[in-house]
Amino acid sequence: MLKTFPTGGVHPAENKLSAGKTIVKMDPPKTVVVPVSQHIGAPAQAVVAKGDKVMVGQLIAKSGGFVSANIHAPVSGTVVKVDKMPDSTGYKQMCVVIDTAGDEWLPDIDRSADLITEISVPDGEIAAKIAAAGIVGMGGAGFPTHVKMTVPPGKKASHLVINAVECEPYLTSDHQLMMEKANEIIIGCLIMQRAIAATQTIIGIENNKPDAIKHLTETAAKYSSSIVVQGLKVKYPQGGEKQLIKAVVKREVPSGGLPIDVGCVVQNVGTAYAVYEAIQKNKPVIERVVSVTGKSLQNPVNLLARIGTPISELIEAAGGLPENTAKIVNGGPMMGKAVADVSVPVTKTTSGVLIISELEALRPEQFNCIRCARCVGVCPMSLEPYLLKNLVNISEWEALQPERVLDCIECGSCSYTCVAGIPLLDYIRLGKANLNKILRSRKS
Amino acid sequence: MEVVLYTVVSLSVLGAVLGIVLFVIAQKFKVVEDPRIDEVEAVLPGANCGGCGLPGCRGFAEACVKADDLGALFCPAGGNACMAQVAQALGQVAVEKDPMIAVLRCSGSFDKRPKTNHYNSAPSCAVASMLYSGDTGCPNGCLGMGDCVDVCTFDAIYIDNTTGLPVISDVNCTACGACVKACPKNIIELRLKGKKDRRIFVSCVNTEKGGIAKKSCSVACIGCGLCAKACAYDAIKIENNLAYIDFEKCKLCRKCVEVCPTNAIHELNFPARKPKVSDDATIAEKTKENE
Repeated sequence: MLKTFPTGGVHPAENKLSAGKTIVKMDPPKTVVVPVSQHIGAPAQAVVAKGDKVMVGQLIAKSGGFVSANIHAPVSGTVVKVDKMPDSTGYKQMCVVIDTAGDEWLPDIDRSADLITEISVPDGEIAAKIAAAGIVGMGGAGFPTHVKMTVPPGKKASHLVINAVECEPYLTSDHQLMMEKANEIIIGCLIMQRAIAATQTIIGIENNKPDAIKHLTETAAKYSSSIVVQGLKVKYPQGGEKQLIKAVVKREVPSGGLPIDVGCVVQNVGTAYAVYEAIQKNKPVIERVVSVTGKSLQNPVNLLARIGTPISELIEAAGGLPENTAKIVNGGPMMGKAVADVSVPVTKTTSGVLIISELEALRPEQFNCIRCARCVGVCPMSLEPYLLKNLVNISEWEALQPERVLDCIECGSCSYTCVAGIPLLDYIRLGKANLNKILRSRKS
Repeated sequence: MEVVLYTVVSLSVLGAVLGIVLFVIAQKFKVVEDPRIDEVEAVLPGANCGGCGLPGCRGFAEACVKADDLGALFCPAGGNACMAQVAQALGQVAVEKDPMIAVLRCSGSFDKRPKTNHYNSAPSCAVASMLYSGDTGCPNGCLGMGDCVDVCTFDAIYIDNTTGLPVISDVNCTACGACVKACPKNIIELRLKGKKDRRIFVSCVNTEKGGIAKKSCSVACIGCGLCAKACAYDAIKIENNLAYIDFEKCKLCRKCVEVCPTNAIHELNFPARKPKVSDDATIAEKTKENE
């Protein structure tokens, strides 16, 4: 039986143009720009300097705290710059720039394609090894995985929930990964299940990927009966942690709480694959699958690109940038952000690059709110987006807190559904940022 | 007839009793307020702009009456004239302050600062600057969506559609500072209004290195330091590739304006310069005079 979350949600056109396209491995680019902050939390500290020679997989930036992640060299070559460079928002961020020379990997990385099913790492060391490999949530949020894998004392994780929903329209990177690397993903799940001592793993997949559901069910049956594949109704934003938990285990994460409060740990399917590679193959996160897609694009593809590859090269690989392009989005159409420049690099969280043509990019003219309350109806967190926007407009930052603005998962369903064309989410983001600033200043 | 009489008498008695009760209560719980607060409030502009840092004009009046010394209190909207009246009402001496004015430190108009992308969301500088660095190559420059215009209570700012930049009126601006707080890029600064409204300031906040700044905007400060060298009063500091003129030290000699290679330093309300006479010509003139 198909399950889903009960509150809110929308169903945008799916447009999975690159579905079924085999993952193409890209050659390492001439130069990579690797930002030291590709995750939520403290930025990593660069440990290389200009002129240093690095090999693929070598640590180039060390985690800057518990909630932070290591960064490794995605190519071999020479560090030419450790400086602030504009990121996809145009603001500057510390980056390590490496000029590629050859493709020399650290010798202890297993580059063979052999499947290693035996898990030899002791359960207690898995989280530490994940931290060393710099794995973060590959779905897009970029929350350091080892933090989730470390169950706080007094809490118990009964379920490991694997997010293979891919509810964002257009994106197919997870789908294709499941079709090609099912064995690895299942082993990754088993490793994570052992690390958090969960009794069951549930893989949630939306019903628009019946082939993936079938393939993973068959593969999982080969390994363990504790791994279950759950089909889900197609509804956005099912890939949100809290929505997914509600859908598959019918538990509600309390406001301001974490999934572990209801005994769940949620990981993306891409993360499961990264965990397999880190534990079994000793390979840190240096590349990821990126869907390069868009209606105007000649040849939508799924690419395996090194971290730090400029987005422009990915677009080249997909047939070049169409002339009538209005927007290039880093991520999916709902939660992704338009980039200010095509030279910005692929990061650990870049699940897709979406090309939007002039016609598609047209936004409706903005009118005043007509109080139809559609935004309230579609909000998966049961918030009142119109009210939050009004409070932001009059700068009542503190009044936003009792309205639970910090619970907003920024899925964009409200903006998507607004008949008056109001970019509600952008206002809510401003409110969240300002409220967080006030709360932080109160703490210190 | 009797019914009417009873009604009138009983109601009158009831009214009188309740009236006395109310009077007694009103006397007992009377709020004593200094009558001078009303006096002071009457001479204030009544704009409730918050420029003094207190909640509205009433709050300012209360603070004035409470304070032993008016030195720390100043109404920017009313200015020195208003403060003199306040001081008179309270029997104190007003401290004269030099008038200030808001100054826009960006001159990246459409022709000087080409657009690199197109912004298409909520028409608010605060929202835009949170989402990304802006629709031009300059990450520090004015976004031109007019958050400063929205907060101005004195109608002193408008957006010039030909340049895309706000224009601040010398006459209407009271230096209340609302726009300074509203600007997410910290472009607007309160500076001394100056003698005869003459002012010199660096009209740029770009902290990029010279070459990058110049590429994104032709009138950007490139931090070359020529102005600091030219300044005889040590009023100019270069920090983060950006010059800043200290308005307290500046003597308005205009030497920095002349040497600035990108015209990033602006002079306002000065008389037109005399046409430059070359050195040879002046020597020739002087020799003539001597003869």
